[in-house]
Amino acid sequence: MKKVVVNEAKCKGCGVCVNFCPKSALAMADRINSKGYHPAELANEAACISCGICGRVCPDAVIEVFKP
Amino acid sequence: MKQVYSVPKSLRPVSTHYCPGCTHGIIHKLVAETIDELGVRDRAIGVASVGCSVFSYDYFDCDFQQAAHGRAPAVATGIRRTVPDAVVFTYQGDGDLASIGTAEIVHAAMRSENITVVFVNNAIYGMTGGQMAPTTMVGQRTTTSPEGRIKGLAGEPIRVSEMLATIPGATYVARVSTTSPAHIAKAKRAIKKAFEVQLAGGGFSLVECLSTCPTNWGMSPVEAMEWVDKNMIPYYPLGEFRTPEGGQTNG
Ligand SMILES: Cc1ncc(C[n+]2csc(CCOP(=O)(O)OP(=O)(O)O)c2C)c(N)n1
Ligand code: SF4
Ligand code: SF4
Ligand code: SF4
Repeated sequence: MKKVVVNEAKCKGCGVCVNFCPKSALAMADRINSKGYHPAELANEAACISCGICGRVCPDAVIEVFKP
Repeated sequence: MKQVYSVPKSLRPVSTHYCPGCTHGIIHKLVAETIDELGVRDRAIGVASVGCSVFSYDYFDCDFQQAAHGRAPAVATGIRRTVPDAVVFTYQGDGDLASIGTAEIVHAAMRSENITVVFVNNAIYGMTGGQMAPTTMVGQRTTTSPEGRIKGLAGEPIRVSEMLATIPGATYVARVSTTSPAHIAKAKRAIKKAFEVQLAGGGFSLVECLSTCPTNWGMSPVEAMEWVDKNMIPYYPLGEFRTPEGGQTNG
């Protein structure tokens, strides 16, 4: 299981999580979800420190965060 | 793996109609987290207002009533007095609360109704297409102030928290922002405190949340958050304007 689980179908591609990630571990994916948005994805899992910020700032309750 | 952030249980697992990056969604999450943590979902009754948040009754997993424009504090008063055990909150925009609903909010505070008001100040009428609100900043362009709000014509924006803090019955009044992880953490503490005041029977509580409207401001979601920090917070200072203990931390 990944440290950051993105409920892709709910993501609106707003980029708020990417902006606030302190480790630049997130990115917008090239693919498009069923709403027509580029969803956020954990592009660099090794860099992620499981701080939870992306989950807290997401306006759409898309992200859950786990710590190994 | 240990879960360090989970989405609140008091939100239904549905997609909202809010625009991408609109901070109404963050405020919904903070209210839902508060309801979860206080264990009051079975007793919670929300009152939805008119504005973009009109469908909040579809998003919170608790009882809800929908009020006519600006009248949520009056409806909440009725609920408060007929269901004594309920945890009653309104969720209102600035067009709703600070324009058409000014009388209701002032008198609910004056009576110190034991309700919690979540007041979303995004400096515009979002739902109807971006008209000037009482909270619109001087110089801010909207569809009804295309050259920017003019002080000599429309006056200066109303500071609701400061105004309500002059009312003895307003037990807890705070203003918070939703535009950074640190601001969101403080906003959560204020919203939880407001609900705790109600649970203790303390009377009227209100948390004004500075919020974005990327769509009608014509900005990206992140630019809109920066716009709040740069333009709204200097005019709308954050902090607690009234507390049950009598302290103030605003400014
Ligand atoms: C009695 C009445 N007058 C006017 C309207 C039109 N109207 C709908 S929403 C709204 C203002 C919404 O602005 P706000 O409360 O700031 O919420 P937002 O949409 O920005 O979240 C207005 C004037 C209405 N629905 N009912
Ligand atoms: S948990 Fe923290 S470090 Fe990991 S992706 Fe989210 S914001 Fe970045
Ligand atoms: S903040 Fe949420 S909705 Fe916005 S891009 Fe990230 S996951 Fe998607
Ligand atoms: S119009 Fe503005 S306030 Fe309404 S959902 Fe869109 S961004 Fe949010």
